[in-house]
Amino acid sequence: MVLENETVENHEHGHFDDRRMETIMGRLLQVGVLLSSFVMISGGLLYMRAHSGETPNYRVFSSEPQRLRHFGGVLEGIETGDPAALIQLAVLLLIATPVARVVFALIAFLIERDKLFVMISAIVLAVLLYGFLRPQ
Amino acid sequence: MTLSIFTGLLFFGSLTAGLLGALTGLGGGVVLVPLLTVFFHVDIRYAIGVSLISVIATSSGAAAAYVREGFSSVRIGMFLEVATTMGAILGAYLATVVHTQALAIIFGLVLIYSAVVSWQQKKDGGAEVKGHSRWSDKLELSGSYPDREGKPCKYEVENIPGGFGLMFVAGTLSGLLGIGSGAVKVLAMDRVMKVPFKVSTTTSNFMIGVTAAASAGIYLHRGLVAPGLAFPVMLGVLAGSLIGARYLVRAKTAVLRTVFTMVVLALGVEMIVSGVTKWF
Repeated sequence: MVLENETVENHEHGHFDDRRMETIMGRLLQVGVLLSSFVMISGGLLYMRAHSGETPNYRVFSSEPQRLRHFGGVLEGIETGDPAALIQLAVLLLIATPVARVVFALIAFLIERDKLFVMISAIVLAVLLYGFLRPQ
Repeated sequence: MTLSIFTGLLFFGSLTAGLLGALTGLGGGVVLVPLLTVFFHVDIRYAIGVSLISVIATSSGAAAAYVREGFSSVRIGMFLEVATTMGAILGAYLATVVHTQALAIIFGLVLIYSAVVSWQQKKDGGAEVKGHSRWSDKLELSGSYPDREGKPCKYEVENIPGGFGLMFVAGTLSGLLGIGSGAVKVLAMDRVMKVPFKVSTTTSNFMIGVTAAASAGIYLHRGLVAPGLAFPVMLGVLAGSLIGARYLVRAKTAVLRTVFTMVVLALGVEMIVSGVTKWF
């Protein structure tokens, strides 16, 4: 394909695969967003049906229910057919998308045997996981 | 206002914010948060939570288009993401201790700054290569990108500590205010590190998603991502930015750009004024 030519141009430093890697990562991000949007639309429409007639009020801050704030709770909510849980699943998918990109980059650098960038990607991944899983 | 009207208005409002963000190059979040707080009277903490989600969506949604152009550098991006993600975690923690009115004032200042930056965008051409930067090669940050004829054009990066530090600030602002802070990221790469402009903007787009993901989890844990807001806002901003990127940016209408920059400026002033008057 067209990209083959660009790959050749990126030969210096022996990064044989950087261009390919970015192409795959771009796809990965697109798929993640598409998947999340699909879940978001389904959840949103169900949410509208379940709450129709209510008057929304976000003027004053009152935190969302505890069960919708973590992965287990969201899954339980989906089992019981809570549309809000479906929306939160879409949010989780969306947050996971860039994280998946970093995981993929880490694997690609491992294949390239680029120790320095394996380490750098691992640090970024660790920070992301800390933000996501940190103890309350 | 019933839920369906509220949701519909939010969707179209967010669509406009996405369009505006794509057109001015400021990103959806910068317009979205003032829109939600000023026009929909949403608490700023909810607005920031849902904005972070939209920022991830826009950044990831635009990714394929940016990759096709072949300018982005995964190495520069990953290296600087160490700084932005750490900054984002700090920003998300700061958000709990900063007064909401102070948040509004900081946001207003960032808006005004962003408007000014987008105003003077791209006056000077590509960065001239001067001297040889040892660390650029050692950290494998030197690279090349296709020029107009498709030939590879080599570049190196300068002032790595300065760029890294400024990226930490960009990350902190992102986690604190729920924005992509693309303006600061491009500033760090283009001006400080002398990365070519095209490489800076495309690499910045990828970094925005990863940076926002670092603090979005924390906002979700705190219950700051409201499902009723997330649904119309995320889809609206995503649709708006995709449409904007496809049709409006190419048009490069100087008049529209000026008008929109004025709008962003006005929103910034409004946020500062309302923040100050409500606080005291």
